[in-house]
Amino acid sequence: MPNMSPKKNAMPSQAPEVRAHNFDEVALGYDEATALDEAARCLNCKNMPCVTGCPVNIHIPEFISKIKECDFEGAYQVINRSSSLPAVCGRVCPQETQCEAKCVRGIKGEPVGIGRLERFVADWHNAHTDGVADIPETNGHKVAVVGSGPSGLTCAGDLAKKGYSVTVYEALHTAGGVLVYGIPEFRLPKAIVKKEVDNLKAMGVTIETNVVIGKTLTVDELFEMGFEAVFIGSGAGLPSFMNIPGESLKGVYSANEYLTRSNLMKAYLDNPVTPISKGGRVAVVGGGNVAMDAARTALRLGAEKVYIVYRRSMEELPARREEVEHAIEEGVEFMLLGSPVEILGYRNPDDKRDPKNGTVIGMKCIKMELGEPDERGRRSPIPVEGSEFTLDVDTVVMSIGTSPNPLIKSTTEGLETNKRGGIIVEESTGATTKMGVYAGGDAVTGAATVISAMGAGKVAAKAIDEYLSK
Amino acid sequence: MYRITYKKSLNPTVTMLDIEAPLVARKAKPGQFIILRVDEDGERIPLTIAGYDREAGTVRIIFQIVGATTEKLNRKEVGDSIQDFVGPLGTATELDGLKKVCIVGGGVGCAIALPIAEALHEMGCEVTSVIGFRSKDLLILEDEFSAASDRLFVMTDDGSYARQGNVCVPLNEMFAAGERFEKVITIGPLVMMKFVVEATRPTGIPCIVSMNPIMIDGTGMCGGCRLTVGGKTKFACVDGPDFDGYEVDFDSAMERGTMFRDFERHAHEETCNLFKKSV
Repeated sequence: MPNMSPKKNAMPSQAPEVRAHNFDEVALGYDEATALDEAARCLNCKNMPCVTGCPVNIHIPEFISKIKECDFEGAYQVINRSSSLPAVCGRVCPQETQCEAKCVRGIKGEPVGIGRLERFVADWHNAHTDGVADIPETNGHKVAVVGSGPSGLTCAGDLAKKGYSVTVYEALHTAGGVLVYGIPEFRLPKAIVKKEVDNLKAMGVTIETNVVIGKTLTVDELFEMGFEAVFIGSGAGLPSFMNIPGESLKGVYSANEYLTRSNLMKAYLDNPVTPISKGGRVAVVGGGNVAMDAARTALRLGAEKVYIVYRRSMEELPARREEVEHAIEEGVEFMLLGSPVEILGYRNPDDKRDPKNGTVIGMKCIKMELGEPDERGRRSPIPVEGSEFTLDVDTVVMSIGTSPNPLIKSTTEGLETNKRGGIIVEESTGATTKMGVYAGGDAVTGAATVISAMGAGKVAAKAIDEYLSK
Repeated sequence: MYRITYKKSLNPTVTMLDIEAPLVARKAKPGQFIILRVDEDGERIPLTIAGYDREAGTVRIIFQIVGATTEKLNRKEVGDSIQDFVGPLGTATELDGLKKVCIVGGGVGCAIALPIAEALHEMGCEVTSVIGFRSKDLLILEDEFSAASDRLFVMTDDGSYARQGNVCVPLNEMFAAGERFEKVITIGPLVMMKFVVEATRPTGIPCIVSMNPIMIDGTGMCGGCRLTVGGKTKFACVDGPDFDGYEVDFDSAMERGTMFRDFERHAHEETCNLFKKSV
């Protein structure tokens, strides 16, 4: 008999007042009993609407059926056929707009907690197996993958499973891309990413850190070195700024810099070599998931007050609902319908050498109102004249988006990009305008989600396999 | 890991290392930089490339011991390895077709200016070099500059060696005497570069400066190295490190350079204390 409870089993979590001061994972995960109870809510629909909502088409009812049978490893194997990074996706996927949005149970009540079940299965697998993957038989073909973020790791994993000899090139000193430099420990523990990377290595994938494709080696040189196809998953690295006065003051960071200092450079661990502003009053400008990550990181680094400053209203705020709720629970204050016009700096009129000169002492903002919807249906914010106000802050984190990194495009002849800098690809294959070169993830789309990048890595792996099997 | 193959102390606070990094050595050009980490969990620091040997697969760096990381790096000996070494990053200094150039280096900046002088000299360009130091015991690379230059001016702030004064003194004299160059290329402390730019501005000669701001990844990702150039935000790591000196906002760059000064000073002291304890 299915469990007909209209509500999902709640996710056990650290209490907001506790977790706001530590970097441990917020959500603690289902135990076996809860997972079985939640799995029993799945009706095992014949037409499987949930699968159509998944960018990598995980066979969701099938893995949930395995949970019902208490065959947790079997459930893992079902997920693993479609996804290379289940422990990651179970944590950071926006299930509410994907698989769970299509769930029949969601019509009258809450959908099945598919993401929570995926996480349970992946964590069970990681805790109960030694992680030694079967090494596939080699097919003699060499493929290079540029970037070790979600799209690159997925593409590498899928190709390795098919017997390709894959080398992943990473510019930074640690593999994982945005999963290690961007997403904080409290949402995605580093150990989980490391485990996924180690799984790939166990399958025979080579990971070369400290190689910047476009600088250390070019795409053409990769072909000269014997690689027969190249996948570019270099992400959307370049942070945008607002170009308002005061952005070069001391205490102003891009979200990338702030999060990289905390995550990759481990300021969150009190690493004594990485400086970052701690404590004080922080304004994070922007309303995406990255802005939520930055705001919640600021709290955990000891900030006494953290604002999110966003120019539209809560309705348009692009971050995941769950992240917004978590941020509010933890005490982040949302200044909606507001936009910075200037960041104010300290200036000692009597002492040009005062070390405090040039540090942030506030942020001048203006109130906005929403006008008519634009061609994309989003209501555009219009400044309200004379409504300027000043926020008393000493740190400002700009989290207003990123654009693709031009390093590869500028050094690869024949690789075309659109006017926003995204690499142009054929959507069904990820093939670029250059023979043998495929691309996916944020390098193509601009800033998007982990799972859509994984979907693109998957599509490209399939296309590369077809291309090299000819 | 990246092995140290050669080490030489140039003065009490400046050290030269050759480091095995064949991929970087194969591509390096004057004006580009690398980023290194001395050990696991170490800080990433950018250093401009001071030379390279493509056949031996080594890259030369010259650094001043200013903080915790450079202190730790200086404790490494030949045969030891460092954790990470990535590059070459940034754009190379544009040297094509130049016939007459003035190179102005200050302090440890001379280490970065030298490969540019050498490359120009090898191309048959007429090279005038002006190198300045605070005092005699901080002097580095005089012989090397002498070999790569048609004319060399050595200056010390305190007059303890060669001529007393800053690098602008001979520069202004040359300009006053009607001497002209196709380019002035200056590398050194921000305040020195600012003055070289101001000395050169009235002549209209293009003046190129090499910026070395706070940086993490070196590929354009963090935006920490941003500078205001011609009123626009530029990233030193991908748009530079060379910029048109007339366009650079030096005052804001100098201010940003002090963003973590207290932290850095504290970290340096801690590291020195650790070394004292372990001895």
